[in-house]
Amino acid sequence: MNVLTRLRRFPFWSWIWFALGALYFILPLLATLEFSVSWDPADPLKAYTRVFAEQDFWETFLYSNLLAVATILVNVILIVPTAYWIRLRVPEARRIVEFITLLPFVVPAIILVFGLIGVYSSPFQVPFTELTLMDPLTTTKFGTNVLIVAGYMVLAMPYMYRSVDTGMRTVDVRTLTEAAQSLGASWFTIITRVILPNVRAALLSGALLTFAIVVGEVTLASFLGVNAFGPYLFLLGQHRAYEPAALSFFSFILTWIAMGLIQLFTGGQGQAAGTR
Amino acid sequence: MASTTLSTKKLSVPTSRFSINWRKWIGVIPFFLFALFFLILPSTRILTGSFFGSEGQFTLNNYVELLTVPTIVNAYKLSIQISAVTAIGGGIFGFLLAYSVTVGGLPKPLRSVLITFSGVASNFAGVPLAFAFVATLGRVGFVTTLLKDVFNINIYQAGFSLYTFIGLALTYMYFQFPLMVLIMAPALDGLKREWREAAENLGASPFQYWTQVAMPILLPSLLGAMILLFGNAFGAYATAYALTGGRLEIVTIQIGAQIRGDVFHNPGLGYAMAMGMVIIMAVSLAAYSWLQAKTERWLK
Repeated sequence: MNVLTRLRRFPFWSWIWFALGALYFILPLLATLEFSVSWDPADPLKAYTRVFAEQDFWETFLYSNLLAVATILVNVILIVPTAYWIRLRVPEARRIVEFITLLPFVVPAIILVFGLIGVYSSPFQVPFTELTLMDPLTTTKFGTNVLIVAGYMVLAMPYMYRSVDTGMRTVDVRTLTEAAQSLGASWFTIITRVILPNVRAALLSGALLTFAIVVGEVTLASFLGVNAFGPYLFLLGQHRAYEPAALSFFSFILTWIAMGLIQLFTGGQGQAAGTR
Repeated sequence: MASTTLSTKKLSVPTSRFSINWRKWIGVIPFFLFALFFLILPSTRILTGSFFGSEGQFTLNNYVELLTVPTIVNAYKLSIQISAVTAIGGGIFGFLLAYSVTVGGLPKPLRSVLITFSGVASNFAGVPLAFAFVATLGRVGFVTTLLKDVFNINIYQAGFSLYTFIGLALTYMYFQFPLMVLIMAPALDGLKREWREAAENLGASPFQYWTQVAMPILLPSLLGAMILLFGNAFGAYATAYALTGGRLEIVTIQIGAQIRGDVFHNPGLGYAMAMGMVIIMAVSLAAYSWLQAKTERWLK
């Protein structure tokens, strides 16, 4: 092969596009990192030590993580049996359930929280009477937590459902169920000890994606008045300079870890979610 | 024997449809209840609310105002513009990137690097993303300073500002083009080697192959992905709010202001604005799934 053909084979434009893409990816991160360590030349990690010493940071960050865990748990409890039951008994429900799991794409976070506040900020009454069935959820701390977890479940639903459903496609749910039943297993045992372990990888990637959505989410949290990490970071950005940059970089590392783990468990196909 | 079982089965179906079938739906009831309370009811509230005036009377006036009040019309225009620009720009750039690592001849390891990075970047949005771009292209940002010190170009004097349309568009691009990469890489993988070889054997140039074979196959999926990107940007709120503090009046920012405190002095109008968004999102999702179904025929 002479030099000319080799030169022609060299994917010049592909390298250009790749280099441009890499620049676009890396520059904002580099800039954030650079800014976050430029507070005090004598102590580059000053912004990080400052912000990690703040109690508010730990409180809100821990709280957001708890919300994420609650969202993941309840979503698993809701979606795994549903997907399982659809495969086993009511395949005719598949279309409508899939349609519902796609609805969150049509109803973005800002609209969802608007509707949630519209419904749950006034008491539930029996029509035409003064009988109150339920107090407004937005006035109590517990009620707000219920609302925000439910909201996050809705936002994460498309990803969770799809990854669980894909996971179940690869296992023979019917045979597994019949085998378990013939050994005398109850429904609870079948779901927790037969089905769940079989869709472990799918659940894990759904859970990590949910985690990436929930920690740092700001729209639902701020409109429902919840002291989560997202609103904290936003407020910090209003009156500080270096700490928000440090936390932004920290958030990026977290997203990176979550996505890296998903890659590890699912082997290749990237996923996208998130609240913009 | 076979015919008798068949006929009894046929006979038993109509009688059991009403008596037994409801029991098999039990397993999906919790899901439907959840969807009802936290997805359907809130959406219905927005729908019904949009038909009531500020005195609680039924009216279609909110929708008339939606199309006539200048601030609202402009907000929709701005939202559509920014979503379209970032969808087309991000779409083209994302496609070229996906091309470069799939059929473009780059070394294999770069592909998984790009896919992983795209997964991270398309999920890296909201407040941290806005802050990252302030650190990059803000008044004293990394790139701004670099351009000034090294190339002697002052982009802020040249009229650039991160807190305007162009700045927000550049920020949105950070999650737009990676999403395009994630959608298009599998589609480009679906282009069969045989098609290229067949075209080459028939004497087609690479240009002819791309314009007459590959592009017609990829076009529905390309368009569909861009529509998805459009919706992705259209529903964005946190990034825009964190970056511009609500100064750039896109629809989501106005809806946010309406939730905080009835800025229109008419709750129904706020709900109508939300409905307008839902309709645009629904149309784009429908267009996306239609186009996606069209591609799947080829790219199996």
